[in-house]
Amino acid sequence: MKLTGAQALIKSLEMEGTEVMFGLPGGAILPVYDPLIDSSIRHILVRHEQGAGHMAEGFAHATGRPGVAMVTSGPGATNIVTALCDAYMDSIPIVVITGQVPYGVIGSDAFQECDTVGITMPVTKHNWLVTDPQDIPRYVQEAFHVATTGRPGPVVVDVPKDISNQMMDWYWPDAVDLPGYKPNVKGHPKQIKDAARLWGEAHRPVIYAGGGILKARASAALKELAEATGTPVVTTLMARGSFPDDHPQCLGMPGMHGNYTAVTSMQKSDLLIALGSRFDDRVTGKVDAFAPGAKVIHVDIDPAELGKVRRPDVPIVGDCRLVIEELIKAVRADRQKRDWPDLTAWWTQLREWQERYPLHYEQPEDGPLKPQYCIDMLRDNSPEDTIVVSGVGQHQMWSSQRWKFNHPNTWINSGGLGTMGFAVPASIGAKVGKPDRMVWAIDGDGCFQMTAQELVTASAERIPVKVGILNNAYLGMVRQWQELFYEERYSEVYLSPDLPDYAKWAEAMGCVGFKVETPEDVIPTIEKANEIDDRPVVVDFQIDYREKVYPMVPAGGSNDDIILDPAHDKSVGR
Amino acid sequence: MATGAQHHILSVLVENKFGVLSRVAGLFSRRGYNIFSLAVSPTEDERLSRMTIVVDAESAPLEQVTKQLNKVIPVIKITELTPDDAVERELMLATVKAGAETRSQVTELAAIFEAKIVDVGYEAMTLLVAGTPDKLDAITDLLDPFGIVESQRTGRIALPKLARERTKLRAVKDRGA
Repeated sequence: MKLTGAQALIKSLEMEGTEVMFGLPGGAILPVYDPLIDSSIRHILVRHEQGAGHMAEGFAHATGRPGVAMVTSGPGATNIVTALCDAYMDSIPIVVITGQVPYGVIGSDAFQECDTVGITMPVTKHNWLVTDPQDIPRYVQEAFHVATTGRPGPVVVDVPKDISNQMMDWYWPDAVDLPGYKPNVKGHPKQIKDAARLWGEAHRPVIYAGGGILKARASAALKELAEATGTPVVTTLMARGSFPDDHPQCLGMPGMHGNYTAVTSMQKSDLLIALGSRFDDRVTGKVDAFAPGAKVIHVDIDPAELGKVRRPDVPIVGDCRLVIEELIKAVRADRQKRDWPDLTAWWTQLREWQERYPLHYEQPEDGPLKPQYCIDMLRDNSPEDTIVVSGVGQHQMWSSQRWKFNHPNTWINSGGLGTMGFAVPASIGAKVGKPDRMVWAIDGDGCFQMTAQELVTASAERIPVKVGILNNAYLGMVRQWQELFYEERYSEVYLSPDLPDYAKWAEAMGCVGFKVETPEDVIPTIEKANEIDDRPVVVDFQIDYREKVYPMVPAGGSNDDIILDPAHDKSVGR
Repeated sequence: MATGAQHHILSVLVENKFGVLSRVAGLFSRRGYNIFSLAVSPTEDERLSRMTIVVDAESAPLEQVTKQLNKVIPVIKITELTPDDAVERELMLATVKAGAETRSQVTELAAIFEAKIVDVGYEAMTLLVAGTPDKLDAITDLLDPFGIVESQRTGRIALPKLARERTKLRAVKDRGA
């Protein structure tokens, strides 16, 4: 069967099970948009290519399947670089197709030409420049394979316009053949045995669960492992929901804005069992002072993570789910041979910390409106399996702290890259992937202004996401740092509470817009918003600009120097 | 030009495709490593190329680079060669000032180092020397007083020593994820 390169590309995407793609056409990708009309693939037309990338990410986060985006050459490609980098940092599988100028004119500074392969090389797991239409099915198959296996990540297939127009003989390869790519998924049996042995000597163990748990679909296995050992679990920003917050062994989020118990449990522990986590600086604080008394078992599918920041006593390369399943067996076998230390004293200590230093805020009855209250009310008045998507900043930390995540893949945010503007497009992608679930984007006013135009996409495509803006009229997290570390010298952080008028802006984009200024309006407005299911909703929560995120470990500081909310407990702050 | 003990030799087998050098070199620059020398050529199997990369690095951070390098899809195998376990050679072309007075002295030095005289002019001659990096360092030092006009070294190429009693060849086994 003879096909054009463009037809082969669309057919290859279909072969890989693509149901939805996010994109925006342009000159160099024109030939590929033509056969799309006859394809089963649903295309969602975005208003900016960055949005297409974040939607693909949101889709992948929510479903575990690769997100697909397609854009044109030059500015189309450069606009999606932020999303590629975001996906690279957070190990999100997305496949991005970019148009390219005709092969013969590459390198001549042609109209809308850029070196897409060169630009995206450091922010993709791999990328391909197609030089022969006959390679298209093979490259697409390889692209999906690389994106979704091993440590997942973004990939790019760059397709010159003339290649799209040339004819090829259709085929579909039997299997991927990449001699340099053989991810190791099965943990080494001896290392697993060593891990169990080390665990059996620990008096203050902590499971340090990271985003790898979600990527490996290892939540059920993690629960079994935690229960088999009675070990407390902290869930990082990327792992919220991988272990249920309502589980008695869950200590919540560690790190720069983690709760006191989660942070301190790691500091005082004698064994960290790191599962799919990567000792990010936002978790460790000052590395030399991080968990100084702890031995480390580190499980990760990426060998480069083992020893990158902290040298593990037992490194295990492998898929988190497969390794955890083996670890459960090893732990049970070890416990049959000997008694493991009693963890009662450890748990007593943890419970004491939890009781003494809970997360804290106060909502005065007559205002001003507190962001934590808005989030609590959203949480308590929305379905339990609501998918929460956030941008980056104070609202992200408050959301992660206050929401109760009891199901995997219900929390979607930009962790590694910290991409402001992530929430709106990512929530759209999540809703497309999980249309039966309620999706709330909790956004900041600064973030919202970066990508709000994608709500036009959501309205046009009838994707009823909900956006709650925690509007404090500031770039709040930057303001917080300037207040605490720059002597309250506020430099370029003021936005405005009502410029733009968010509710009107929402209405102009085909959404329903609400504005909430007082505590008593919060619940009724959320109830109204949750009843709307035929179009997007935007709620502008006008919150207290003075509210800060606590606890906080200053950047580069030791986790021992955690700062608690001064209004809450003046006795602490060693 | 002296190559100290801190140098590491990585022998990297890669797919012979365009862009691979850029992927490999980019990894080094992105992590702030200086490539001391680099030699690339196709192997006995034309689908593959071998890169011999000499890196100036402490061994602990080098481990991070080899692990990252293993994640580059077209990289098939990485072997770290220690000088004791490898046969290393390098090629140098050097144009040296050699007028009527000094020509015989330069020729004599060339003979001692088994260098070939590949070009001769009125005031200079060009030598070709092959050998271990130490040997090239030595002849460079000795030619220096005559005045080296230009010189170019290829960067070393290396293969593991053949096992006679035992070999300490250390393969970096971690596969990319």
